Amino acid sequence: MLEIKNLVVQIEDKRILNGLNLTVNNGEVAAIMGPNGSGKSTLSYVIAGKEDYEVLDGEILLDGENILEMGPDERAAAGVFLAFQYPLEIPGVASMTFLKAAMNAQLKARGESELSTPDFIKRVNAAAAQLEIPKDMLKRALNVGFSGGEKKRMEILQMALLRSSFCILDETDSGLDIDALRIVSEGVNALRSPDRSFLVITHYQRLLNHIVPDTVHVMHSGRIVRSGGKELALELEANGYADYRESEAA
Amino acid sequence: MPAVQETIDQVRLIDVDQYKYGFETEVEMEKSPKGLSEDVIRFISAKKGEPEWMLQWRLDAYKRWQTMQEPNWARVSYDKIDYNEIYYYAAPKNNPAPKSLDEVDPEILRTYEKLGIPLREQEILAGVEPERRVAVDAVFDSVSVATTFKEELKKAGVIFMPISEAIREYPDLVKQYLGTVVPVTDNFFATLNSAVFTDGSFVYVPPGVRCPMELSTYFRINEKNTGQFERTLIIADKGSYVSYLEGCTAPKRDENQLHAAVVELIALDDAEIKYSTVQNWYPGDAQGKGGIYNFVTKRGDCRGKNSVITWTQVETGSAITWKYPSCILRGDNSRGEFYSIAVSNGMQQVDSGTKMIHLGKNTTSRIISKGIAAGRSENTYRGLVSAHRKATGARNFTNCDSLLIGNECGAHTVPYIESKNATAVFEHEATTSKISEDQMFYCQQRGLSDEEATALIVNGFVKDVLQQLPMEFAVEAQKLISISLEGSVG
Repeated sequence: MLEIKNLVVQIEDKRILNGLNLTVNNGEVAAIMGPNGSGKSTLSYVIAGKEDYEVLDGEILLDGENILEMGPDERAAAGVFLAFQYPLEIPGVASMTFLKAAMNAQLKARGESELSTPDFIKRVNAAAAQLEIPKDMLKRALNVGFSGGEKKRMEILQMALLRSSFCILDETDSGLDIDALRIVSEGVNALRSPDRSFLVITHYQRLLNHIVPDTVHVMHSGRIVRSGGKELALELEANGYADYRESEAA
Repeated sequence: MPAVQETIDQVRLIDVDQYKYGFETEVEMEKSPKGLSEDVIRFISAKKGEPEWMLQWRLDAYKRWQTMQEPNWARVSYDKIDYNEIYYYAAPKNNPAPKSLDEVDPEILRTYEKLGIPLREQEILAGVEPERRVAVDAVFDSVSVATTFKEELKKAGVIFMPISEAIREYPDLVKQYLGTVVPVTDNFFATLNSAVFTDGSFVYVPPGVRCPMELSTYFRINEKNTGQFERTLIIADKGSYVSYLEGCTAPKRDENQLHAAVVELIALDDAEIKYSTVQNWYPGDAQGKGGIYNFVTKRGDCRGKNSVITWTQVETGSAITWKYPSCILRGDNSRGEFYSIAVSNGMQQVDSGTKMIHLGKNTTSRIISKGIAAGRSENTYRGLVSAHRKATGARNFTNCDSLLIGNECGAHTVPYIESKNATAVFEHEATTSKISEDQMFYCQQRGLSDEEATALIVNGFVKDVLQQLPMEFAVEAQKLISISLEGSVG
């Protein structure tokens, strides 16, 4: 379970999150929607531990433990996974090599023994098949020359292999065509389980037709301004964010 | 704190003294008188039991050297070297030429054991696949202490021995080739080497022979205030092939030590020489105190048609590196290759690269250089590609990539391109990049620590060159690069 309490965050003296509160229960898929600049991506980076952000107040509890003091790698080992909106390229490092390094680093951090090579390959092949990732792609340098769809599938592959308990999808639908959206969504849906929760950040209702959320939160000016069920997303799609902008102006 | 800021702070604290080869060996040494003079040269020549012609060669070099100026065009700075404060010869006492390993001072054997270099053939034979065997020549200060697999190589007709022995046993071969690639008058440091060189390896591979194992030399500077001036001469006769590896280490010392080696390679018709170096001399401490001055002249001559010379180097050590392994592409259709990884950290200064001199027709060359600068180091690639007017159809491809870690280091690329033949095609690509904070964050988000993330990104950066090394060396080199960058990453 993830609990965020009164989170206040700034970057270069600019306040981005203003006392944000949010709870995501185990097994829950929570969607966060909101207009550009409402602080959605900042929220995902702050949970994952990116260093440029200054946390002025509040706490983030993962299963009761405050993760704000942890480094990003420690948070990863504790179960936080962030599927990046723009996955980074690592030239010269084969995707397979990267996957193995990441999996073993997390196992090591948790005091477990490293995977044997046959076990590792078995796991990767099974997960890759489901995401329709060809073997050739695993041999290529990570994300180098990948299409938008390939990059996002690679993110979901990592999410599946790292077995994280709290997964954030940051605008995973951006840059995806219909087929890629389907593959990615199916990949995510297959990972839904009672002990894994998701935070799905998106602009558009479209993604939520494929990954149906349990709860929807509307974010505006660094705060959650409204929460509801999946029908809230449809309402937003119909009316846009204008209501929230006006309430801010008033 | 942003990752890059942290990296920089770490670099400030860095103790380059991660250097694990910094121990010293206690052995009784015999040294020449300090400083350089005709008498010292006569002393060295006499110690080596050299013929008169060799002594004359040295004395001529010394005369010439006295008229020469130290070069100052490289992008390195250091206090003036006092050539009279150096010992030019140091050898373990009572044991100038051991007949077998049993006669070698056990302290020296332990030194090589600590360095992970196998000298006992029995042990090598017991544990290693036959095709993985490496014949080793171990040079301790000024003398070779052991050469393994000599007999077996001899059966194949390959001569692999200390050059001081070759001068006595194969004077005609040595006379025929020594100084024909790097002439006595070549440059200040090469001329100095010609006057005072002490030991090094000699390799001759006869026509049509594929050398049955990798040949390797490990150089160790131990004695203080001593220069190391080794000389290596490798001749691959027609249609032959040889792969040669070179490694080097030295103890940590506060004063700088000079290493001025000369390596000459000669490839005749259809012959191929692969020369790989893992250079790990002591780099000095974080303040730039101590460390080896590595002023080295390495040159290969593709003398015959269709010959190939490949230089691969992984440079992580030395306070100053001044080194340009080059190829003279004299034979028609000959090929020269240069693959380099140069890592600098702390206060290290590297000015390294290559020269590809196209003289023959349809000669090709390829240069892949990867420079990694961290700490407050300066890392320069300097390379010349030239085509003589008769070098019809000459082709070169050059790729120089630099990677910066932190913001107090420098990476520089200085290419010189000279073409006197209109048919020559030279390509040059260069990039400079930094490990970005976003890349680091991405890797860390997947669970990698700062150091693991940096090592992974750096290994990706140098992959093309590591692939050129023989496998055992590639693994060693990969580890070495990680160790060299330890503490440079946030």
